[in-house]
Amino acid sequence: MLGFYMPVARAAKIDSKPWTAPPQGTEVNAWLAIGADGIVTIRVPHTEMGQGGLTSVALLIAEELNVEWSKIRAVFADPNRHLRNNKEYKIMSTHGSQLVALQHPHLMLAGASARERLKEAAAQAWGVPRSGIEAKLGVLTAGNRKGTYAEFAAAAAKVKLDKEPEIKSPGEWWLLGKGHQRLDIPNKVDGSAQYSIDIRVPGMVYAAVKASPVPWGTLKSYNFDAIKSRPGIIAAIPLRAVPGKRGQPDMQDAVAVVADSWYRAKIALDMLPIEWEFGDSAKASTGVYFNEGRKLFDVAGLVSGKPNPKAAEIIANSKKVVTAEFERPFETHARMEPINATVHVQKDRVDVWSPTQDQSVAVELVAEQTGRDPKDVYAHTMFLGGGFGGNGAGGTGVTRQAAEISKQLGRPVKVLWAREEDLSQDKQRPLSMNRLTASIGDRGLPEALTSRGVWFSMDGINQVGPATADYAVWNMPYEIPNRHHERHNVKTHIPSSTHRAPGANQHGFFTEVFVDEMALAGGWNPLDWRIEMTKSKPDYQRVLAMLKAKANFRTNLPRGEGMGVAVVECHGTIAAACATVTVSRRGQLSIDKVVVVLDSGHVINPHTATEQSEGSVCWELSHAWLGGLDLENGRFINTNFHNYQLVRMDQMPVVETHFALSGGKKWGGLGEPAGPPVPPAVANAIFHATGKRIRSTPFRLQDLSWS
Amino acid sequence: MAISLSINGRSHSVDVDPETPLLWVIRDSIGLTGTKFGCGISQCGACTVHIDGQATRSCVMPASQAVGKKITTIEGLANNGKLHAVQQAWVEVGVPQCGYCQSGQLMSAAALLERRKNPTNGEIDSAMAGNICRCGTYLRIREGIHRAAKLLSA
Repeated sequence: MLGFYMPVARAAKIDSKPWTAPPQGTEVNAWLAIGADGIVTIRVPHTEMGQGGLTSVALLIAEELNVEWSKIRAVFADPNRHLRNNKEYKIMSTHGSQLVALQHPHLMLAGASARERLKEAAAQAWGVPRSGIEAKLGVLTAGNRKGTYAEFAAAAAKVKLDKEPEIKSPGEWWLLGKGHQRLDIPNKVDGSAQYSIDIRVPGMVYAAVKASPVPWGTLKSYNFDAIKSRPGIIAAIPLRAVPGKRGQPDMQDAVAVVADSWYRAKIALDMLPIEWEFGDSAKASTGVYFNEGRKLFDVAGLVSGKPNPKAAEIIANSKKVVTAEFERPFETHARMEPINATVHVQKDRVDVWSPTQDQSVAVELVAEQTGRDPKDVYAHTMFLGGGFGGNGAGGTGVTRQAAEISKQLGRPVKVLWAREEDLSQDKQRPLSMNRLTASIGDRGLPEALTSRGVWFSMDGINQVGPATADYAVWNMPYEIPNRHHERHNVKTHIPSSTHRAPGANQHGFFTEVFVDEMALAGGWNPLDWRIEMTKSKPDYQRVLAMLKAKANFRTNLPRGEGMGVAVVECHGTIAAACATVTVSRRGQLSIDKVVVVLDSGHVINPHTATEQSEGSVCWELSHAWLGGLDLENGRFINTNFHNYQLVRMDQMPVVETHFALSGGKKWGGLGEPAGPPVPPAVANAIFHATGKRIRSTPFRLQDLSWS
Repeated sequence: MAISLSINGRSHSVDVDPETPLLWVIRDSIGLTGTKFGCGISQCGACTVHIDGQATRSCVMPASQAVGKKITTIEGLANNGKLHAVQQAWVEVGVPQCGYCQSGQLMSAAALLERRKNPTNGEIDSAMAGNICRCGTYLRIREGIHRAAKLLSA
């Protein structure tokens, strides 16, 4: 476990209300301003949801600008300005572990361009060529002439460069690649960090909302008379789905109770008599879906990747066949900050405070819902109490609710979902299943593999291409000569959106448990099998070799102890894991240690990279071990954290993270990839500990006892 | 109904239904938003404050029961601008990710160290098991508590 003891005095601090622009000095370009005191304020167009995005943007710009880290401050960039100035910040959306990997070029360019313009301003003032000027740690020098960035900021703002500079290559880094204190930490230890749920607007009222318990049901009636004379109650407002609009950001039928405090609104809402009409969706359940999926295992589906009918033929004629069926239930984001949004519709403008990962979409949604020009909508970025993929376009139905209620009441409205509403009405991770079959040939290695996946989602999310339904299966890295993959996308009324490592988060489990089954059937050590079956892929070889060196993986531990491995690639990063577990005779599971090896090409901040690895391990363990949403009669019956459980301190394994970086042109993400290999590594470890093969999650439903 | 609450050494008079959970009085009536709402049924710990020095889940404590008691929130953990040892340790270790649960984590950790100067990992686990962190910062929380214990004994 890596320890970081960073000197406190050097930790720069962002403003506690990061959406308000404090006096910043002179704007050099849209991305940064320099104060007379040399403090550089960076405008961050990305979301900080715990993944370190705020700090990453600041680091990338500071690297090129060449300023001491202790002189850096950060504010969130203005989405309204972005829209008015023709998308000045290029992208105001944060997802897919893309911030550093894909957006570093224009972020670094922002810093490099500012630096060159400072140099050019000094060059003109001193009558020397720009190439003769050094810009280092906030100071410009040419021979015995010296000046600060602050002195030249105004002139730099006016400079137009003929040609923008190239950004540095990793070999030239002075700031990136080292461990750095996150900018937001001081705010997050003293209660001053402001989240969307914390916003307080003068005259604000509060709304508690209940949507149809069976998602997309119809609101038939409610009896406001039953609650209207309770203290503080202002209104009950019906919210209506728009016919034909059932997309991710669209609103369902719901009732909102508005009051002068959220507690009063919530209690009244709980007492409000409401009638719903659910239709056939009320017949759905986890059991019904699993049964339907099992039938579809025998029905031809859509082909993922290239078809190869030979695969099934080889299997049909094989003497040694391994086959297994896997299933995983719906899961929920369960961010610690419950779903909320605040909107203030005014005569000439609309303000919105939403924990969105997608500022541009929040602006569009609110503009559409209120019938206003997007240029009159002002979205304010706050810290997020967790996003995990759920706060992008798909997570902003609540923003529409707030916009609609504020529009009707003409007052600022904070909509806050109770945890019960949050868990059951979130855009969930789809229920997913797969049957994998392989024939084992000479050398005990597979000659052919087929798979057929079934995935239940409202719109078959296509974030990673046409085949999220079996993503990580159809694109598994192994050099099996004949592969054929098919999938079924089954439409359900349960809304879904992206969840940390979409597709891979569910299906890494299917692939990597099946790999162990193939390996053992062929007489192979599971880690050696993976090394053999990726031997033409140097990045995989490097990662697996490091896992072998660091994890001390063994299959000969005494009964009751076990180790398991897995490797899954997503978002451009290869992640391998080795889990060590203990299982008591009576079946009590303890997950003791997880060793993670990552290849993201480069790492700009080992501190945040390591914490994302630890966090991703915890994230996926919650779902694989303790989670699982229960769908009964068309609705989720999990109500709170006593019946939808998350990993706690006393269950968390020790996590050791190592980097096997391939460098070069590879830039992979780090917010998501460490999670997917963890559930299969644990399941494989459980097999070695108990002899029991687990092909479904959550593990808590399994009898792991052994004798 | 008007009740008087002593929070971080200051007296506040608020007009609330007496059964309103203290959490909402702190956040919405008084405006101290460092204490967070996570579940409303004392399952997650985000709402943890100190009542007469004891870690307490404010989401299930009626405000009227806090009358006459000494309430400390995260905003009151530091002493005249000097960070409490747990806060100092959290900064040094770099504990928070999204940070939403951390007010509750810090309050629970501070209360633990009041009664146990040098807790073992097992004692930390027991004391902190009521505080959920969805970002998974548990290993660093544990390290932060050990670091804070060292700072306090120095």
